[in-house]
Amino acid sequence: MNPSPRHDGGLAGLPRRALVALVVFAAALIAAPGFVDDYILSVLILGLYFALVGQAWNVMTGFCGQLSLGHALYIGLGAYTAGALFVRFEISPWIGLPVAMVVAGLAGALIGFLSFRFGIRGVYFALLTIAFAEFTRILFDHWGWVGGSSGLYLPVTERTQVDLWSLRGPLWMFYYVILAAVGLAFLVCRRLLNAKIGYYWLAIREDQEAAQAMGIDILRYKVLAVVVSAMMTAFGGVFYAFYYNQFYPETIFNIDKSIEILLGVIVGGIGTLFGPILGAFALAGIGEVLIWFQDLVGVRGLKLLTYGVVLMIIILAKPDGLWPWLRPLLGLGRRDRA
Amino acid sequence: MFDLPTFIYVDSAIRGLLQGAVYGMMAIGLSIVFGVMKVVNFAHGEMLILGGYLAFMLYSWFALDPIIAIALIGPLMFAFGAVLQRTLVDKFIDRPQHQQFLLMIGMALVLVNGLDMIFGPDARGAHEVPYAFDSYEVGGIFIDAVRLYKAAAALVMVAFLFWFFKATRTGKAIRAAADNYRGALVVGLNVSRLYAITFGIGAACAGAAGCLLVLDDITPHAGPGFTLLAFTIVIIGGLGSMPGALLGGVLIGVSEAMAGVIFQPSLKSIFSYGLLILVLLFRPAGLMGKRA
Repeated sequence: MNPSPRHDGGLAGLPRRALVALVVFAAALIAAPGFVDDYILSVLILGLYFALVGQAWNVMTGFCGQLSLGHALYIGLGAYTAGALFVRFEISPWIGLPVAMVVAGLAGALIGFLSFRFGIRGVYFALLTIAFAEFTRILFDHWGWVGGSSGLYLPVTERTQVDLWSLRGPLWMFYYVILAAVGLAFLVCRRLLNAKIGYYWLAIREDQEAAQAMGIDILRYKVLAVVVSAMMTAFGGVFYAFYYNQFYPETIFNIDKSIEILLGVIVGGIGTLFGPILGAFALAGIGEVLIWFQDLVGVRGLKLLTYGVVLMIIILAKPDGLWPWLRPLLGLGRRDRA
Repeated sequence: MFDLPTFIYVDSAIRGLLQGAVYGMMAIGLSIVFGVMKVVNFAHGEMLILGGYLAFMLYSWFALDPIIAIALIGPLMFAFGAVLQRTLVDKFIDRPQHQQFLLMIGMALVLVNGLDMIFGPDARGAHEVPYAFDSYEVGGIFIDAVRLYKAAAALVMVAFLFWFFKATRTGKAIRAAADNYRGALVVGLNVSRLYAITFGIGAACAGAAGCLLVLDDITPHAGPGFTLLAFTIVIIGGLGSMPGALLGGVLIGVSEAMAGVIFQPSLKSIFSYGLLILVLLFRPAGLMGKRA
C-alpha cells in the first residue's frame, strides 16, 4: 500500500506535470460528447459510473482498510429512495439525492457501529457486509410499496428534451451529470485523504492496534469511513435509477453488483486517488472489446470467461494495480506516492 | 401459519436434516481451506458445479450413478485443487485479502462461463437413477430414497475426513501447520505440499457435493449462490471448525425447509442471513469455533 501524500488539500499541491495531465484528461472528458457517437458515450457513462462508485468503495476499503463485499446495499438504498420518492410523490431526484445519501449513510453507520463495536474485522466483516446486503434484498423482494420482486419502474419520457430537474433527458445530459459527480468525488477523496481524518484512516489501515495506542478513536473513524463511503455510493445508486429507469431487488442488491464495484478499484490501484478512475475505464473498455469479440466468434459466455482470465492475469502481474505501475512511467510522480 | 397437518412439518424437518448433511459436507471443504491456509475460497461453489457437471457427463454417457461417481470425481477434483494451489493460489498465501479475492473471482468467472459455454445455461440433473421414485416409510412419514442416500453418502465422507485429520500422519501434519505455521516449518514439515493437499481436499469436498446435488438440478450460474451458502454455513458453525460446518449445514438445511412451509419458499434464506448476522455480532467465532 502507499504511504500518505504530503501536501495540503485542493489541487494547488499537485506537481505541475500532474496538474497539466489532469487538466488535459478533464478537458478531453468534457469535450467528448462533441466527438463520439451514442454508443461510445454510453460506454463512457458506464466507465464514469464505476469510477464514482469505485472511488466511494475505495474510501472505506482502500483508505481505511475495511473490506466491504456488500456495497450493492448502498447502491440499492440510493436507487430505491430517490426512485420511490420520484415515482410515488413526483419529488425531484435532486431532493431525493440528499435523502438517499442520508438513508445510505444511516445504514452504513448502523452496520459499521454494530460490526466494529463487537470487534468484527477482516473476512468476518466482509461476510457481514454481504449478509446485510442479501438480507435487505429479500426484504425489498417482499415489500409491495416499492414494487416487491417485480421492481420499480420510472416513467420513461423522450430522451431529446432536457429536464435536468427530473433527470429526464438525452444521453449527453446523463454524461455530464455523472462526469460532474466523478470530479466532485475525486476532489472530496483528495481533500479527505489530506485532512486529519485521512491520516487517521491510513493509520488504522496499516495497524489498528498502533493507531489505537496513538489515541485515535478507531470505532469513530472506522464508522465514519463506512458512512462517507455509503453516502458517495448512494449517489451512484440514484444515478443508476434515473439512467436505467428500472431495477429489481434481485439485480440491484445482488452480490454481483458489489463485486463489479470493487473490480475496477483493485485493477486500477486500491488506496490510490486516481486508481479507481483508471480501473473503471480500463474494465469498461475491456468489457466492450470482449463483447465485440464474443459477437464476432458467436459463443455465449466467452466475454465473462475472458474477463475472468484478464482479472487473474492483472492480479498476478500487477498485484498493486495498474496506476502505481503506470504513474512513474508517465512521469507523474514517484512509485510510492498515492 | 402452523395451520397445516403436523406430518408436513415433520416431513419438512426431515428433508431439511437430510439436505443439511449435504450442505455440511460441502461447507467442510471451505472451512478446512480457511482454517489451514487462511485463504477464503470465493470459487468454492463454482468448484461444486464443476464436480456436478463431471458427474452429469458420466451419468449421461455411461449411466453411472452420481453417488458412485464420487469415487472417480473426488480424486479428480482433489488433483484439480492441488494443481491450482501449486500453480496459482500459493503465490497469494501472504497477499492482502482483496488480492486473493480478485484471483478467486477471476477463477469463478472462468469456471461458471466455461461450463456455460460447454453445457449451456439450462438446469441439468440426474433424474433417472433406479431409485429415483423409491421411498421408505418410517412411522407414517415417507422419506425419499434419493435424499436418504445423498445424506448417507455425505455423512460417510464427513466421517472419512474426521478420521483423516485425527488419525493419519498427513492429517495431523496439516493440523499442525494450521496451528503454527512457523513451528511446522521448524520441525521440517513440507508446508507447501500440505497446503496443496488441503486445497485438494477442499476442491474434492466441493466436487463430491456437486455429485450429490446433481441428483436434484444444477446450472452453471448456481455457483455463486453455493459459494454464499457455504460461507453462511461455515460462519454460523465457526470458520475453521469441521463439526461446526456440519452443525451449520444442518441448521441451514432445516431452517430453509421449515421457512418454506411455515412462511413461503421465497423467504427461506432470510432466516439463514438473519442467523448469520446474529452469530457474527454476538458470537463471531461461530457456534463451535474457538474465539479468534
